[in-house]
Amino acid sequence: MEGTRLKLGDLQKIAEHEVDFERAFKHRINVCCSSGCVPFGAFDVLKAFQEAVKEFGVEKECKVARTGCVGTCAVGPAVVIEPGDYLYQNVTPDKVRQIVRDHIVLGLPVKDMLYQNEAFFKKQHRLVLRNAGKIDPTRIQDYIAAGGYAAIVKCLATMTPQGVIYEVLGSGLRGRGGAGFPTGQKWSLVARSHSSPKYIVANLDEGDPGVFANRTLAEADPHAILEGMLIAAYAVGAEKGYIYIRAEYPLAIETLQKAIAQARAMSLLGENVLETSFKFDVELRFGAGAFVAGEETAILASVEGRRAMPRPRPPYPANSGLWGKPTLIQNVETLANIPLIVLNGGAWFSKIGTGKCTGTKCFSLTGKVNNPGIIEVPMGITLHEVVFDVGGGVADNRKFKAVLVGGPSGGCLPETLLELPIDYDSLTRVGAIMGSGGIVVIDDKSCMVDTAKFFTDFCIDESCGKCTPCRAGLAKIKEIFEGITRGEGNLEDLATLEKASIYIRDASLCGLGQTAPNPVITTLRYFKDEYVRHIVDKVCPADRCFKNVKEVNKQ
Amino acid sequence: MSNSTVTLKIDGVEITVPEGTMILKAATDNGIRIPTLCALEGLSNSGGCRLCLVEIAGSPKLFAACITPVSSGMVVTTNSERLKEYRKMTVQLLLSERTHVCSVCVANDHCELQSLANELGVDHVMFERKWTDYKIDSTHDFLVIDRNRCILCTRCIRVCDEIEGAHTLDLKMRGKDTQVIMDLDNNWGVSCSCTSCRKCAKVCPVGAIYVEEEPLARTKHKEIAEFLLARRRR
Amino acid sequence: MMAAAEKVKVATMWLSGCSGCHMSFLDMDELLIDLAAKIQVVYSPIADVKVFPEKVDVTLIEGAVANDEQLELLKQARERTKVLISLGDCAVTGNVPALRNAWGNSARLALERAYIENADVNKQIPTDVPELLEKVRPLHEVVKVDYYIPGCPPSAGVITYVLTELLAGRVPNMEGKCKYG
Ligand SMILES: Cc1cc2nc3c(=O)[nH]c(=O)nc-3n(C[C@H](O)[C@H](O)[C@H](O)COP(=O)(O)O)c2cc1C
Ligand code: SF4
Ligand code: FES
Repeated sequence: MEGTRLKLGDLQKIAEHEVDFERAFKHRINVCCSSGCVPFGAFDVLKAFQEAVKEFGVEKECKVARTGCVGTCAVGPAVVIEPGDYLYQNVTPDKVRQIVRDHIVLGLPVKDMLYQNEAFFKKQHRLVLRNAGKIDPTRIQDYIAAGGYAAIVKCLATMTPQGVIYEVLGSGLRGRGGAGFPTGQKWSLVARSHSSPKYIVANLDEGDPGVFANRTLAEADPHAILEGMLIAAYAVGAEKGYIYIRAEYPLAIETLQKAIAQARAMSLLGENVLETSFKFDVELRFGAGAFVAGEETAILASVEGRRAMPRPRPPYPANSGLWGKPTLIQNVETLANIPLIVLNGGAWFSKIGTGKCTGTKCFSLTGKVNNPGIIEVPMGITLHEVVFDVGGGVADNRKFKAVLVGGPSGGCLPETLLELPIDYDSLTRVGAIMGSGGIVVIDDKSCMVDTAKFFTDFCIDESCGKCTPCRAGLAKIKEIFEGITRGEGNLEDLATLEKASIYIRDASLCGLGQTAPNPVITTLRYFKDEYVRHIVDKVCPADRCFKNVKEVNKQ
Repeated sequence: MSNSTVTLKIDGVEITVPEGTMILKAATDNGIRIPTLCALEGLSNSGGCRLCLVEIAGSPKLFAACITPVSSGMVVTTNSERLKEYRKMTVQLLLSERTHVCSVCVANDHCELQSLANELGVDHVMFERKWTDYKIDSTHDFLVIDRNRCILCTRCIRVCDEIEGAHTLDLKMRGKDTQVIMDLDNNWGVSCSCTSCRKCAKVCPVGAIYVEEEPLARTKHKEIAEFLLARRRR
Repeated sequence: MMAAAEKVKVATMWLSGCSGCHMSFLDMDELLIDLAAKIQVVYSPIADVKVFPEKVDVTLIEGAVANDEQLELLKQARERTKVLISLGDCAVTGNVPALRNAWGNSARLALERAYIENADVNKQIPTDVPELLEKVRPLHEVVKVDYYIPGCPPSAGVITYVLTELLAGRVPNMEGKCKYG
């Protein structure tokens, strides 16, 4: 099939063919081969399964497939056996024979190798990650069989561009890259712009440390991103798209490159998409690992081949983006929602989540939590549910202290705010942000002063250096922190910290500087007593600070 | 640009300017002073120094006047208490992020940072000062760069690129370590693209780039870009 | 803060500076005569008093803090003074004395530069002088400072202005009166 130019009606045939083909198998063994599992030998496990099914003579009834991530990245390599969705954790090649023998041949799942934390999946709602861990990301047919590319067919066959935008507006979808700008509105702006050509940029820079939901998506379901871009291009009238992806994501890059080649070969990309007059093509652009390069105006500079430095807006990219042309910049998670909205309608989507904040959000749940990994939950779920139900509570039976929401420039929220629903506005109100979806659970062994300092350090390293508040201001904040954690702080420092943080937030040019002081502002707001103890008693409740002083004293 | 005009209010004064005019120019042309450092007529705008921040009624955000175009009915405040405080903070940060010692600087009495500190009443810096030790590059026949005094306004880079067309200067590193470099971080003396035109020294607002043995009063000619553009247009 | 009958007790002090600020102070010329009616100088390098007195109303300090003796003097002055003023760039910013801060291990290097590298005879570092601090600091990095008069040196006019305002019980407005260098 691959390599034949498809027409609008052909997809259905491929899908049916694939489904029939799948039906021939009794079992499907899905081996996660994402970046989380590969370093632990996922490809060896895959090979071991392929050999083991032959050895036991069950290769006719088992389909062994390489898939994307199911989200339980801490217990990789992960393997899912269907039917029944049995999730095996920490699978190594030497365990594979036993699994095939007991589970496939004898029909007895190997209980003590199974992932036990059922709760991890219970409150999740997988829309964006609908295919993650289920399909082979390197086979376009898998995606088509799962209903993929039906949405672009629907658009081309039955919808006007305005009609598509209308559905997206109606869905209430907001950008998943952090700022939460209503997606439909952005599309309208670009569509209304008269100049041409127009461009689409899919943002897969994901520069936040410890955040890898976008990577997971690209490695598990690259065609969902491409289809989202196709639909966006159709709606706004763009002919060219770029996926801006950080060079540190080699597997995601490879997966996307394959996907693009496959889509081109089947005329899903290129001139005359699906033999219609619509044309659209996608290229990859690599970022060299700068957090700020994910900022939309910095991306523009980088794609154009310049230093990734932000510029003030207006003009907004929707009016003047790449090479001065209207450009739609959209996070890949936002884009992956689009096919579903087109297929099921905006009204359907708007019922998921909360009224003002619809749909789901992927988070990278990390830190001191029992079930770390990539999760997708409906908007409006409480922090408590995320940390204690999905996350299974604080690891090592420690006490909960805080949760950092929004990545390195998010806010540190205390226990009293655990009932807060997760949506853009609630988070902003308490000093956190959605960001690109990093949630870090912090236990009572951590020091909040040290935590704030740590994340400030990250933003200092990542500041591009263009504007004074972020470049020089953050450095001063760091110096004050160093003083406090050396035992040389005084209470006036706290006022200076607060004043400088608020100034940096208000006066910085781009989102990096505007959000970088969040950890400082929120720890000062919710954990001030810890600062005071550091300064007055020279005591770090978690015994993390003053280390140098102590060592010096010992000598 | 179209011929239509826009009417707005800046600090209570009603002002009518051509559409597309930046708030800064609208204010300056009407006798309202907004402090600036990185903006320079004739060059593209950077919006980096953040001195020209103003408030626009109806938005909680602050806007850089040098790069925000006017729009009809806009109500702009240039001098609220908050803005004054923020401007002082910006100057304090610039003064304290590298080694700024006016008494021994070539630019003493001809420095825009120094005169801003004076104008705004920055009588001290609330942060600890940083004393940097970047090596001075005096390998060029007469142009010198002392990065310890650089405030990263990028006027030199823009004038070199946009007016001289040489693009000898650019930035390396990022954040507080950002530095202006020549070519691919070569010594200035061996730069193969530098035309020795001195425009960088003319527009440098501080004493970071200067002409050896020439009094800064003579070097300085920050209207150079505008001047040349006007001549070229003729 | 100051009763009219009683004269305001003023002290001046000189740390690591060049005495230029004191010269500027004296440059107030005949204004000093007016001032003399209101103030009484109780301690100063230009007056012969050995110990910093108690209960001083206003102290003007020139120079940065560069050694341990200066540090003690400054702390003592702060304790015994109601209003402390940093006079001149060295006191306000560190200025030239602080240039050595750019080097690591600057105290040692400064001594070596001065007493060994640049000495013609008797190359040795003296031992009976106050110990240099690792970093030269402006006053407000060490003690609380109430007012600042930058300038290298500050003009007599600005000094006069600040003192006049303070004696009148007003807060000086430093806009346009902060010329560093
Ligand atoms: C410092 C900084 C880093 C950012 N990094 C990313 C990123 O890695 N991925 C992303 O999608 N958006 C990132 N953004 C947000 C983008 O600027 C932009 O808002 C987003 O890509 C728009 O797409 P959306 O509307 O789909 O969210 C970043 C913003 C800032 C200020
Ligand atoms: S806020 Fe920081 S990252 Fe953004 S433009 Fe300014 S210096 Fe660069
Ligand atoms: S002058 Fe506008 S930001 Fe620098």
